[in-house]
Amino acid sequence: MNALLKQNPMTQKVATQGAIRIDDVVKIYDPDGAAVMAVDHCTLDIPAGEICMIVGPSGCGKTTLLNAIAGFHDITSGSIHMDGKMLCGPGKPIAEPGSDRIVVFQNGALFPWKSNLDNVAFGPLMRGKMPKKQIYEKARGMMADAGLAGTENNFPGEVSSGLRRRVEIVRALMNDPKVLLFDEPYRALDSLTKSVMHEALLEIYYKNKVTIFFITHDLEEAIFLGHRLVIMTSRPCRPKKILEVDIPHPRDYSVLTSPRFRQLMEETSAVVHEEAKKSFAAGEKEG
Amino acid sequence: MPNKTLVRLRKKLLSHASLRAIIALTVFVLLWEIGSRSKQWLGVSLPWIGQVPAPSGVLRVWGGLLSDAGYWQSWWLSLVRVLAGFTAAMVIGIPLGLLMAVSKTFYGLSFPSFEILRPIPPLAWVPISIIFWPTQELSIAFVTFLGAFFTVVINVVGGAKSIDGRFFQAAQAMGASQWDIFRRVVLPATLPSIVVGSSVGMGITWNVVVAAEMISGGGGSGSGGGLGFFIWNSYVGGSYEQIVVGMISIGIAGFACSEVLRALGGLSTPWLSKR
Repeated sequence: MNALLKQNPMTQKVATQGAIRIDDVVKIYDPDGAAVMAVDHCTLDIPAGEICMIVGPSGCGKTTLLNAIAGFHDITSGSIHMDGKMLCGPGKPIAEPGSDRIVVFQNGALFPWKSNLDNVAFGPLMRGKMPKKQIYEKARGMMADAGLAGTENNFPGEVSSGLRRRVEIVRALMNDPKVLLFDEPYRALDSLTKSVMHEALLEIYYKNKVTIFFITHDLEEAIFLGHRLVIMTSRPCRPKKILEVDIPHPRDYSVLTSPRFRQLMEETSAVVHEEAKKSFAAGEKEG
Repeated sequence: MPNKTLVRLRKKLLSHASLRAIIALTVFVLLWEIGSRSKQWLGVSLPWIGQVPAPSGVLRVWGGLLSDAGYWQSWWLSLVRVLAGFTAAMVIGIPLGLLMAVSKTFYGLSFPSFEILRPIPPLAWVPISIIFWPTQELSIAFVTFLGAFFTVVINVVGGAKSIDGRFFQAAQAMGASQWDIFRRVVLPATLPSIVVGSSVGMGITWNVVVAAEMISGGGGSGSGGGLGFFIWNSYVGGSYEQIVVGMISIGIAGFACSEVLRALGGLSTPWLSKR
């Protein structure tokens, strides 16, 4: 795989679509009169094709931001644009969910009652813009590309959790999304599986022109994958430090032991640790 | 390979679990035999068990009944009632449960009455259903239906309401319509609960049908009968061995129905067995 990565000429952000502009977004939860601010005047510009890693302690409100982009939850004020088009903002508090922004969920949301192949084919089948035969051909092809050949007829419950995550990413990519939204997808994986998943994700990314909005609390994961790190403050959530990761893509796991990687870890871990301590002191719940 | 299946069968039969089951059953029957014949063998009739017909006697009577058309007729009548009530409960209960889970308005309107009716034991419905339904057959089937109905509905509602929200979000983002979401997410996600509800409901159905048959009696005009009536009739006629034959017959019938349902349930939810 490493050889393949090095041959690949696509090193930097190549997508032309999927730029996300988050402008002064505020989200206040007010379930029973006790207003809780989850997102506090958050402004963030994500150019098309960037892997933007959102790093913050558990429960800091990162997922709220992701849900606002995906259209699962409304925002209180501010606006979010994609490629200049408003997703949500004044007069339209909640974005419409759409196949241009697909979420890869924390614990996975593959349909357990469908085979892996039927899961991957689900989106295009629902929209019905392509003949069925062609959809399944494309699905098989993309699964093979992602190293999933042979698991097509298995149910998600029959394959390892690492493979399941990969099926879910392929299912997302089948929809030709402009943005992939990752909500700590590798949280439950052991570190060895994780490292395999990271390389696999980068490999998929190099082949598909998408913007990636990736939520994590794992600093190593963030630096390894991201073009840019956005370190969030503990609740309410706001960018605290934005950092360019100047390690060139394509990357493989040798990056982890490079001096520059260590240096970036050192630069950021103090900031992250400080926020984690605040979050811990505030007794935030997981998630 | 027939040889392989044979080996596997022998292995299964000789496994610790089956051996234990065989030993336990043998000891149980043996103790029962001794207890029943305590007067004859020990000179003193043991309390309670001394009045129970001995298994050897039961087997003898059963052997005679096997060629008796009336005995099989009882099986058939009970089975038909169970299947009628159970099928009606599924056909009405599943859509009703889904509707209650999907529509908040409908849930709010129907759940209160549902919850008041649900704790009423099906047998408490016997008199009113005899008054309400024109034939005895229909009233027994109705009571049987009630036995399964509430269990099926409550399981369907619970199953459909506990579907993970991520499935809806994912389906919606990928462009699924409301109908698609119902058909491709709600239905399959509720299927395991439907399977559970139906097997529990089937058990209750057998409980209820037998009691209903006892209460409503044999009837003279072709209606009535069934295994429940068979037991009651044996009691009235003083054939205690036959009572036990009827009881064991119900056990076997209920077990067979549950097994069939379990197999069907497994077939309809293949993703659960392949984990």
